[in-house]
Amino acid sequence: MNGSPISYSDKKYKVLGTRPIRHDGTDKVTGRAIYTNDVHFPDMVHGKILRSPHAHAKILSIDTSAAQALDGVLAVITGEDWPHLKDKIAHLGEGAVNLADLSENCMAIDKALYKGHAIAAVAARNVHIAEEALSLIKVEYETLPSVLWVQDAMQDDAPILHEDLRTDYMGAKGDKPTNIATHLQFEQGDVEAALASADVVIEREFKTATVHQGYIEPHNSIALWNEDGKLKIWTSTQGSFTCRQQVAELLQIPLSRVTVTPCEIGGGFGGKIAVYLEPVAALLSRKCGRPVKMVMQRDEVLEATGPTPGSYMKIKIGATKEGKLVAGDAYLAYDAGAYPGGVIGPGCMCVFSCVELPNARVHGYDVCLNKPKTQAYRAPGATQAAFAFESVMNELADTLCICPLELRLKNAAKEGTRRVDGPIYPRVGLIECLEAAKNSDHWNTPLEGKHRGRGIAAGFWFNIGLKSSVSATVNSDGTVNLLEGSTDIGGTRTSIAMQLAETLGIAAEDVHPKVVDTDSVGYTDVTGGSRTTFATGLAAYEVGLDLRKQLCQRAATLWECDVEDVRFDSGTFVGCDNKKITFRELAEQLPEIGEPVVGRASISKDVSTNGFGVHICDVEVDPETGKVRVLRYTAIQDAGKAIHPSYVEGQLQGGAVQGIGWALNEEYFYRDDATMANASLLDYRMPTCYDLPMIDTIIVEVPNPDHPYGVRGVGETPIVPPPAAVQSAIYHACGARMFKLPMSPPKLWKAISQLS
Amino acid sequence: MPGKAPAKMAISTTINGQNYDFLCEPRQSLLEVLRDSLQLTGAKEGCNNGNCGACTVLLDGEPVNSCIVLAVEVQGRELTTIEGIANRGELHPIQQCFLEGAALQCGICTPGFIVAAKALLDKKPNPSEEEIRFALAGNLCRCTGYDKIVRSVQAASERIQAGSTPKQNPQPNQTNQQQAQQQQ
Amino acid sequence: MQAFTYHAPRSVNEAVELLASTDGKSVLLAGGTDVLVQLRENLRHADHVIDIKQIPELTQLKTTADGGLSLGSAVTCSQLLHSEPAAPYVALLDAAQIIGGWQIQSRATIGGNLCNSSPAADSVPALLALGAEVEYATPTGTQTCCVSEFCTGPGKNVMNGQGLLVSLKLLPLGPTSGSAYERFIPRYEMDIAVASAGAYIELADDGTIATARIALGAVGPKAILATQPADALIGQTPSDELIEDVARQAATLATPINDMRGTIEFRQQLTYVLVKRTLHTALLRAAGQVVSHHPR
Repeated sequence: MNGSPISYSDKKYKVLGTRPIRHDGTDKVTGRAIYTNDVHFPDMVHGKILRSPHAHAKILSIDTSAAQALDGVLAVITGEDWPHLKDKIAHLGEGAVNLADLSENCMAIDKALYKGHAIAAVAARNVHIAEEALSLIKVEYETLPSVLWVQDAMQDDAPILHEDLRTDYMGAKGDKPTNIATHLQFEQGDVEAALASADVVIEREFKTATVHQGYIEPHNSIALWNEDGKLKIWTSTQGSFTCRQQVAELLQIPLSRVTVTPCEIGGGFGGKIAVYLEPVAALLSRKCGRPVKMVMQRDEVLEATGPTPGSYMKIKIGATKEGKLVAGDAYLAYDAGAYPGGVIGPGCMCVFSCVELPNARVHGYDVCLNKPKTQAYRAPGATQAAFAFESVMNELADTLCICPLELRLKNAAKEGTRRVDGPIYPRVGLIECLEAAKNSDHWNTPLEGKHRGRGIAAGFWFNIGLKSSVSATVNSDGTVNLLEGSTDIGGTRTSIAMQLAETLGIAAEDVHPKVVDTDSVGYTDVTGGSRTTFATGLAAYEVGLDLRKQLCQRAATLWECDVEDVRFDSGTFVGCDNKKITFRELAEQLPEIGEPVVGRASISKDVSTNGFGVHICDVEVDPETGKVRVLRYTAIQDAGKAIHPSYVEGQLQGGAVQGIGWALNEEYFYRDDATMANASLLDYRMPTCYDLPMIDTIIVEVPNPDHPYGVRGVGETPIVPPPAAVQSAIYHACGARMFKLPMSPPKLWKAISQLS
Repeated sequence: MPGKAPAKMAISTTINGQNYDFLCEPRQSLLEVLRDSLQLTGAKEGCNNGNCGACTVLLDGEPVNSCIVLAVEVQGRELTTIEGIANRGELHPIQQCFLEGAALQCGICTPGFIVAAKALLDKKPNPSEEEIRFALAGNLCRCTGYDKIVRSVQAASERIQAGSTPKQNPQPNQTNQQQAQQQQ
Repeated sequence: MQAFTYHAPRSVNEAVELLASTDGKSVLLAGGTDVLVQLRENLRHADHVIDIKQIPELTQLKTTADGGLSLGSAVTCSQLLHSEPAAPYVALLDAAQIIGGWQIQSRATIGGNLCNSSPAADSVPALLALGAEVEYATPTGTQTCCVSEFCTGPGKNVMNGQGLLVSLKLLPLGPTSGSAYERFIPRYEMDIAVASAGAYIELADDGTIATARIALGAVGPKAILATQPADALIGQTPSDELIEDVARQAATLATPINDMRGTIEFRQQLTYVLVKRTLHTALLRAAGQVVSHHPR
């Protein structure tokens, strides 16, 4: 069930809130849309990567001579072929990265830090020959002890990944080798005193497994290092400019020599921001002088690209017996994978983000271990933290016999609430989401039947602003071509185009949006941080204003009046004596009245706005096997203004299902030798459509004061509440409270069988 | 150990009603040949080992993962790929319903879902929700949570049963303004 | 993928000769849903791939003279699911419809599932419960054995790479009989059995159990025919208590391992649960009820 949004605004729009067919839709349902792997060039060759079979090993020697000699092989590279980079932090929009680490993550130099770490690469006439060549490369390793679990990696006697790593604690460096890269701390109020005064204190420990974004399109890239020194890249990336920057820095060439063409992207969820294949393909291309295509196999995607952290967390909250929270204390340790720079920061910022908590403290740890470097995954770091905190909230509600919705309403973050990391919320929509949940059909329909239970949870994620650029040209048939730099993963071409259409008073279909390469549009940050519809949409609005202004001028020329006398009124230009001309009519006259009308806009937003959601979940548990069936699910979220409600619903549904997968079955299994045991989509168990019911949605619209149309990004928040909502539903179904993700059948059965 | 690849084989097959003759190595998958040799890139490579369904094509009317079919196995057989689903400028009702129902986000799994859904509706024109979910369980989608996919297959089933011809893409201006008016 | 030569023999003899002449460096290809993945992932090596789908008798599915079912080794799951003669062999259909998704079932064969000889193969407990016999061709002639003797360990069978599975012969079904196969997986589709069970029940005129077979999958190096627990059902009037007892007995025969799919303890529990459930389903089916766990 997906009804109309619940709106807290009286603004009326012509285009926003409608459901036009997406601009790229026909190409995608006919198989014509061009993803990177669909691009073919004459003379193109295929690259493959040799990967470490060990989780932790010194590379003693690499002999590539036999591979080089194989007929059909055109180039072989190893870590030696890369520029030697010093530690330098590069900001990639959503997050920063140390370039030396990034380089080594693309290809190891003297040490392999995880199973799947790239060691060498080959370009050959076809993939089969390239694979054969890999089998001819001889690598001598000295295996080292490895560590896979965050708490183990924090021990003093743990195997050390980076001898030169020292803990950064509030800017000060530690004095001994460690795997703990960062120790963060946020604090407000007096936590100890408040806890001492609380009527009830609950403290719980939680663990979550490493999980992967699971996009269906594997990483794939093509590079052509031309004879003129220019490097052209076609790739599947969330950020073409970010990709350009990384490649230029890693290969030590000027930015302007690199052109990145973002092809259609088959999912990313945060995992397609860092580069893996692009610089490798570039180096191979430089060596063989031909375009090189590289496509990862699924085991490479799971073993060698960034999953999102496993975590150990401890949460303590204190409350009055009426259910008013007085204090919260959180300890979060997230695995960073092989290199520092995981997602602990946002985890710490999000853990208490849904409540007003005068006394709060968070300690966070970013910990290296022998897994691939972890990356963002949809609301990076927030889902783990929300699983822990929201589960404790539900336990508090059960303990105090308070309705879990009422408990959240009583403590909800609202305008003026100070989050533990400092920011004070502007107008936000959590209370409205909780009210919508309370009034929903789902919440008001009793759940009947044995072994069934209902759970709820709230969730929060930012929408970052950052930089976006667009340009637009008015066509003489009354349409507008819109060029943008934001790669479109889930329909943002349309949500951005609709904002321009609204601004110009024309139909969504009369805007032709196109995602173009890095030479063809201004700098634009990644599609990430739930920013694209919000920020690039804002740029589209601005370019609309620019076009309006120019068109008023043209109307003035036409009517031979002052531009001050022309105003724009919802798709029509109005002059003196109530002279009127529509956008289309004016466009038709443009060739006669002056230069073409071309607009541009770029924005740089430092503000980060806020998206809240509340999910309700009903499950049935098979007590004999511990298997969970999701019976009914409702995702409620404040979208600010739902530009295209169908695609907002789609974000809510898709995020909820990823969260359900994380809650129930997704995890990395490791063998005793620290290699991944389930590196396939058969054994890495993402939900199939047979695992799920329909996912109901309720869109709440509390306008974002930082956007002219009130837009809030919606992409990430929906993954945050599910694990805690499912956890609570399971408890109410069978009495077992689960503290570890995933809550897979063997674990749940064990927990049920241990209930007295 | 690498050896010399055996000689290529000549294969004749029918794809989307057209005769195709091609040469391939025995080790080449049908997916590889479709995409790289025949430039039929609509079938997508998601996992290359039969677990995601993105490369689904119909082989003599039955859906198969073309990544785990050898190209040499299709000698004399009949194939339908996503490129053959629309009919001369007119989208198939499943395609039209996917568009109207917003049943795709990144779109990489979409061709596989549409081909599998066609196989289902060809065999069972009026499937229940459970039948749709069971039949499409071999196709993974990571973006949509499946809700809109299942609803779009239901809508296509209704449309096909009603016998209505698939809707043409309406004039852009009209649709949007009509929709906009309905919203107000 | 490794390089190989492709052969598509037209007769069993031709296939067996090819197999012999390629000196252990060949692999038989039926549906390919296991073999092609194994070749691509270098879990198996072959210089020759022998496609058996062009051999007409291997794709045949028919009722035998004695009223049983003969299933050529290249019969696909989909073919089986839509065939008249196979319809009464419900346990086998239970298995065939959950081997992968539809795309897999269009290609995967029951014969291939058996020859792959995974302890978790879905069709094997069903075949055991239905009392199947295997016929395979070797260079020295055709051999037969019970399906319970066919697999010898994980990935191993009596043919030892030298034979070609020709057909499976399933016994005629009793007039008042029912069968069932069920597996446990963490998801609801697309998964490998953590544990599984197959059951066959034939009722006498007085309502007592005349014949019973129980088979367990994924809880030992090969599927297990649970003879003693099944024998305990003979001559008894079905009851919840009886089934409970027998399921508990059957679970003691399980010798599972700990792995990522489940612990020993969990698999023993699942064996008990699945035997109980398949016996219930088989009894309901014997009583003429239509019981289906998935849309068919």
